[in-house]
This record gives sequence, structure tokens and C-alpha cells, in this order.
Amino acid sequence: MPTSPLALIGIAATAWLAIGAAGLIRPRSLRAVRTLFPLGAVVAVAIAVIACVALALPPESTVLSLGLPDLPFHLRVDPLSAFFLVLLGSASAAISLFSAGYFRSGSGTAPGLICFQYHAFVAAMALVLIADDAYVFMVAWETMALASYFLVTTDHRIPQIRRAGFLYLLIAHVGAIAILLCFGVLQGGHGDYTFAAMRAIALPGWWGSAAFFLALMGFGAKAGLLPLHIWLPEAHPAAPSPVSALMSGVMLKTAIYGLLRVTFDLLGAQLWWWGAIALALGLLSALFGVIFAAAQTDMKRLLAYSSIENIGILVAALGLAILFKTNAKPLLAAIALAALLYHALNHAMFKSLLFLATGSVLHATKERSLGKLGGLIHRMPWVAWLALAGTLASAGLPPLNGFVSEWLLLQAFLFTPTLPQSFINMLVPLAAAALVLAVALAGYVMVKFYGVIFLGRPREPSLAYAHDAGRFERAGLVALAAACVLLGIFPATVLGAIDHVTAQLVGSAASGGDTSWLLLAPLGAERSSYSPLIVLGAIVGAVLITIQLVHRMWHGRVRRAPAWDCGFPLQTPRMQDTAEGFGQPIRQVFEPFFRIERHLPSPFDAKPRYSMNASDHWWQWLYLPIARAAEAVARLFGLIQRGRISVYLTYSFVTLLALLLFVL
Amino acid sequence: MIAIPLSSQLINLFAAVLLLLAFAMLAQRRVVSLIDLFAAQGLVLALSTAVVAWSTNQPHLYESAGLTLLLKVIVLPWLLYRLVKKLDVRWEFEGLINIPTTMLIGIVLVVFSFNLALPISQLASTVTRSTLGIAMASVMLSFLMMITRRKAIPQVIGFLAMENGLFFAATSATYGMPMVVELGIALDVLVGMLILGVFFFQIREQFDSLDLKHLETLKEEPGE
Repeated sequence: MPTSPLALIGIAATAWLAIGAAGLIRPRSLRAVRTLFPLGAVVAVAIAVIACVALALPPESTVLSLGLPDLPFHLRVDPLSAFFLVLLGSASAAISLFSAGYFRSGSGTAPGLICFQYHAFVAAMALVLIADDAYVFMVAWETMALASYFLVTTDHRIPQIRRAGFLYLLIAHVGAIAILLCFGVLQGGHGDYTFAAMRAIALPGWWGSAAFFLALMGFGAKAGLLPLHIWLPEAHPAAPSPVSALMSGVMLKTAIYGLLRVTFDLLGAQLWWWGAIALALGLLSALFGVIFAAAQTDMKRLLAYSSIENIGILVAALGLAILFKTNAKPLLAAIALAALLYHALNHAMFKSLLFLATGSVLHATKERSLGKLGGLIHRMPWVAWLALAGTLASAGLPPLNGFVSEWLLLQAFLFTPTLPQSFINMLVPLAAAALVLAVALAGYVMVKFYGVIFLGRPREPSLAYAHDAGRFERAGLVALAAACVLLGIFPATVLGAIDHVTAQLVGSAASGGDTSWLLLAPLGAERSSYSPLIVLGAIVGAVLITIQLVHRMWHGRVRRAPAWDCGFPLQTPRMQDTAEGFGQPIRQVFEPFFRIERHLPSPFDAKPRYSMNASDHWWQWLYLPIARAAEAVARLFGLIQRGRISVYLTYSFVTLLALLLFVL
Repeated sequence: MIAIPLSSQLINLFAAVLLLLAFAMLAQRRVVSLIDLFAAQGLVLALSTAVVAWSTNQPHLYESAGLTLLLKVIVLPWLLYRLVKKLDVRWEFEGLINIPTTMLIGIVLVVFSFNLALPISQLASTVTRSTLGIAMASVMLSFLMMITRRKAIPQVIGFLAMENGLFFAATSATYGMPMVVELGIALDVLVGMLILGVFFFQIREQFDSLDLKHLETLKEEPGE
């Protein structure tokens, strides 16, 4: 019985594959799927536990004689990969539980086949995290991309979904090419593609920058960084909700992992201006994502844009960490990096939770458009209350987890004036302001998301038949909500675990200062501190006291009566604030960001419907010109097709002559 | 003056005749005469191969020579004659480029091939190495003939003549290819010829003509 964490993780990943293969035995059987997904969840928990143990252990590597001849698999577990394995294991455990109840037989892919694709997907992600050479990494990376492509196109009979899947596959391949080139640069002409060899090489001059920016492009394409973000808002609404949760919660993080691995591990030395560019790009993505999220009317598109925002925050934190590290401030770099890792973990939890909640809503109502939902808190109390936890975490409110990581990141931002370069000292306050704006707008977006779906009155009569989530779905949601709360209340413990990673990457622990299990004060208690338990106590106390006071001062009975109607006796659910209405101020303020197409109803329409579509400029500015250029080039090549055999013969004759001249 | 052995003189003579025939084919407009010229080229090829076999004492080259004689002087010309008679296409009028221009291009190609062949023939150790340039030139000229002809049958003859040139190049550079390869190529040429013959009938039935301009409709439409 092997006891090393690496061997155990390898066995667990293989178990995932085996579970997936078992799904193929009877692909149409729902009962098989209902037992296989919980098994997958058990494996996921095992991976999370093993990785937790491996976090504190020294790196461990091994060589498996799999793969092509003379090209064995190099595997390695170090604190960085262990941290992301914890993320993968914990998030996918809950998502697997939810999936057990979610997938039904329909016109799309058979449930057993989905089970196979799903487990191949998670196993490939595990392999990405433990890969220790470029070859295994790329094999796992592409397996991950392909498996997720098939999962996105589960309902492949719908043309829009096939289109969304194609877009995703296209961007994934553009990214994969960039990553491949990045590894090509990193091996420095020695032809040795193991990560150990890449670590040993100091790249000369501009090659390091080339590697970093290729990595930023390649992993940015996977993560949804501007301007390669366009697949996210298309693919997420197309995919089944657990798949969206897995992609947004976990797969985007593997891209962040790759970026960290290349930047801090494989590239020995960083340059400060990489950090400045990553910071700018990250903040731009964050602002862009959140502004678009505010304008969306489809709940899953809204979450997809919100994912772009969160990835933007992560990349901004990465940029900040590079800035600090290159300016010899390891403690601050460690705090920025800890904020990044913490936020990655938090985002995995709350975004998965929200995506799964939309899945339950979708099952209950068959409706994705915010304009047709509303008042679901009465019909689906479980989903509504659990989604509230995710909403608050996503909005970054204490005492939930989103607050901790954003607070940490702001701490890191607020201490940048100590940097020696005056240019950055001028830049960073602006960046901090942009970050705060993005975070505040995220709160706005979440109010819209929650308020329009769960509060108010149902906008459609059919919503009266909505049913709450089943047992498995509830279990998954409860697990994620609990994780959101626990990660928010015990940040010092989590930071203690993250310290192993920051020590590996930037050589300093983040939870220095006066941090104890109760108090979070990375820079010393006199500068700033946060004690989640006290905040929680204060909130709970205030709420209880208010309830008591209201009951005492009033008569203490609950009375149900129609709400005050402001003198308008005729009130219909259609008079409520809509998703479009809620996003309208943002659309006005940030009008240059959008391309807006409005459909205004005619005044004589008996049942007027207003619709609005806010699309982004990048299509017009970047993608359509590229597509047109590709078509023009193709047409140029069409010119050589003349249809005459003598012309074709001349082509080969000239080629022959040219080759003879060239060779001899 | 260094005396050149008789065999070498003979081989050089045959090579020269081969080149001359290639030019003649390039200039010839009548299909029947073209077939005659093709048969003559095959005969010269067979003779030169036999001379090489005799002078270098390579018995397998006799077999090559016999095969060439059988296939390229008797079977293929007979098939072509029959085809022409059945299809009733005795005349070819115009090439794509007029004949003087074609001949000038041909001369440029010959100069080019001789230049190319110079370094190779210095590497080769065979008695026939000086003829490599001529072999390459006749390949090029046959190719040129395929390009400049508008009708299907002259193009096929050009293709077959190109194979003659290749065979000659192989003989002159390395005393011929292994027997297996040679047999394979001979079979390919024969079968190719038969299949093309069937195609001719089909094309003719479809378009009432063997002019290839009827086959030029598949192309990229401009300005879509």
C-alpha cells in the first residue's frame, strides 16, 4: 500500500477515470449514474484530504514509464499544486454530489456518457496539476479542453450550443498553441522539456519576457482574460449547470495555476513591468466583466461575466505580487499572492454554488431569462437561502469568504507607496480605486442577481409550479455554502496553509504579524486587522436584538396582509423592477463600453415586450476583422484555382524547377 | 586526343537522338506522328539500355531493355493507335503557346538541365554519366509538352514520354533501378494507360470532344 501523497493522488485520479469508464457500461441507465457520481465525490474528498496533507510536506516527484517511448511521464506534488488539488477536490466533491441529482435523460448526450466525460475532465485537471514536464502538461491540458468541450455541447442538437462549443474549442486551441510556444521558449534550446530542466535554466534577455507573455496569453485564453474572454459568456449558458460550475469554479483556476507555475516557478527571475501589465490587464478585465454582468438579462451569462471579473482580480493580484517581488518586498508579495490563492479558493466555492443554484432554478422553471423569474424564495427555500450565502460571498460582504480575500488584496494595494519607483507609486492608487470600483459593482450585480430571481413576486404564472431541489442537489449546495462560511470565519487557518505555497513561490509567509486563529493582521495589529468571529458575533447579535426589539415594541404576532399599494390598487408582477431596469443606470454611466441593441415595442401593442441586448465591442474591434482577413486570404488562395489542367501542371513544373534549383 | 570507347560513343549517340526526338514531339501537331515519335523514343531507349548492359556486363539490364521494347515500342503505341482510330481524332490543331516559342522555352530548359546535371554527373561513377543532363532535359521537355497541349491524348503521350526520360536518367546515373521497381513502374504505366483510355471514352461521350476546356468549369468564382 503506497503512502506517499503523489502515489495516492495518482491512484485517485485513476479511480476517477475508472468511475467514468463504468458509466459507459450502461450509458442510458440513470440509476448507474446516480451511484457513480457520489462515488466520484468520495474520490474528490480523498484528493482534497491527501492534498491538505501534502501542502505541508516537501515536494515529491516521480517518473512513470507511461506515454511515448523515451518520453516518460514526470509527476510532482509541491505546495502550489497541492493547494490547487485541494481546490479541485473540495469544489468537485460538492459539484459531483449535485450532479448525481441533476442529470436526466434527454435529447442530448446520454447520462452515462456525460458521467464519462465529467470524470475524464476532473481527472485531466488533476493530471494538469501534478504534471512535471511540458509533455504531460499539454496532454492533460488538451484532454481537459476536449472533455469540457463535449460537456459544453451536451445539448448538441441546438445550433447555438454547437456554435458556442466551437467558439470555446477555437479559443482553447489558440491558448494551447501559446502555451506550447511558451514551453518551447522555456526549454531554452536544450530540448529538455521537464520542468526541472526549465527551472535550472536562466533565460537570457527578452526570452524570459516572451515566455511570460506567451503564458499570459495562453492561460489567459483559458481563464477568460481580456481580450480572449468571448467564449465564456457563450459557453456557460450553453453548458449544463454542474459543468458551468466545474469550468468556472475549477477549470479557470487551472489556468491561474499554470500562470503561477510559469511565472514564479519555471521562470527564475521576473521583471517589474510584467507585473504592471498583468495588473492593468487584470483590472481592465475585472471592470469590464462586472459592468457587463450588470447589464445581462440571462442569469448564467451574468455569472459568466462575473467570472471574468473575478479572474481579472486574480490576475491583478498576480501583477501586484510580481511588482512586490521584483522590488524586494517578499512579505507584501506574499500577501498579494495569498490574496490571490485565497480568492481563487473562494471563487471556486461561491461561483460553483451560484452556478449550481441557477441549475436548480433552471430545472424547476425551465427558464434562464431573468425577466421571467422572481419570487422563487417561497417556492424553493433551500436553493434560495443557500444561494444567498454564495451571493453575499460573491458581493464581498463580511463575515463570508469573499470579504477576506478582497480585504487582503486591498491591504496589499494600500502598502504599495513603499515602492521605490515613482511611476508605479502613481499607478497603484489608480489601480486600487479601479479594484474597489469593481468590487463595489460586484455587490450591485449580486443584488440584481438575487433580487430578480428569488425576491419580489413571480413574473410568470408557471413559476407557481416550481419545486425545490432534490436531495443530492441540496447536499451539494449545502456543502458549498458551508465552505463559503467556514472559509470566511477561519481565515487564519486557511492562510496558515497558504503560507506553504507563498514560501515556495516568493520565499515569505503571508500570515506574519499578529495573526492568530482569532485575528487576521498580516502587517501587525496596529496597522490593520480583521477578526471574522467578532464580526460574525456582532452581526448575529445585532440581528437577534433587532428581532427581539421589534417583537417587544410591536405586538409580537405575525400578520399576513397585502402590501401597501401606494394608492394604486391594480398591481401586477410586471410592475416590478426588471433585470433591464436594474442594470439601466450602469448602462447609462458606462455607455461607451457597450454596443446596445434595443427593441422597443410599438405603442399599440397590447402585450408590449421590451428587449435589450448589450454586446461587447471586442467582436467588432478584434474578432470580426480577424475573420474578415482570414476570408480575404482564403479568397486570394482561391485565385490560384483556375480550373485549367495546364495551369495546374505549370504549378507543379515550376515547383519542380524551384526545388531542383534549391537543392542542387 | 583520348579515344572514346565504342560503347560510350553509341550511348552518347542514342542520348542525342532521344533529345532530338523529345524536341520533335514538342513540335509535332499530328497525333499519329506523335505516337510514331513516342514509339521511336522507346526503341532508342531500349537500344541504349542494351548497349549499357553489354558494355558494363549487367545482365539484368538486358531484361529492362526487353521490357522497354515490348511495352513502349509495341504494346503502348498499339493501344494508342487503336484509341485514336476508335475516337477518330487524327488532328490536333493549336497548342496553348505557338511552336517557335515552345521550342525556345525547350532550349532554355535544356540549358538549365545540363547546368543542374553537371555536379551530379561528377559524383556518379558510371560510364554513362555524361548523358544525365540529356535524361533530365527530356523529362523537362515532356513536362512542357503536357503543359502546352490542349487535348487529352497528347497530354497522355507527354506523360508516357516523361516516364521514358526518368527511365533513361535511372539507367545513366545508376545502371537502372532494381528489377522489382522497374516491373512495378512498367505495370503502372500500362494500367494507367488502360484507365486513361476508358476515361477518354467517357469524356468524349459526355462532351462530344476530347478538348480539355470542357473540364475547366470547376474553379473559384471571383468576387463572391
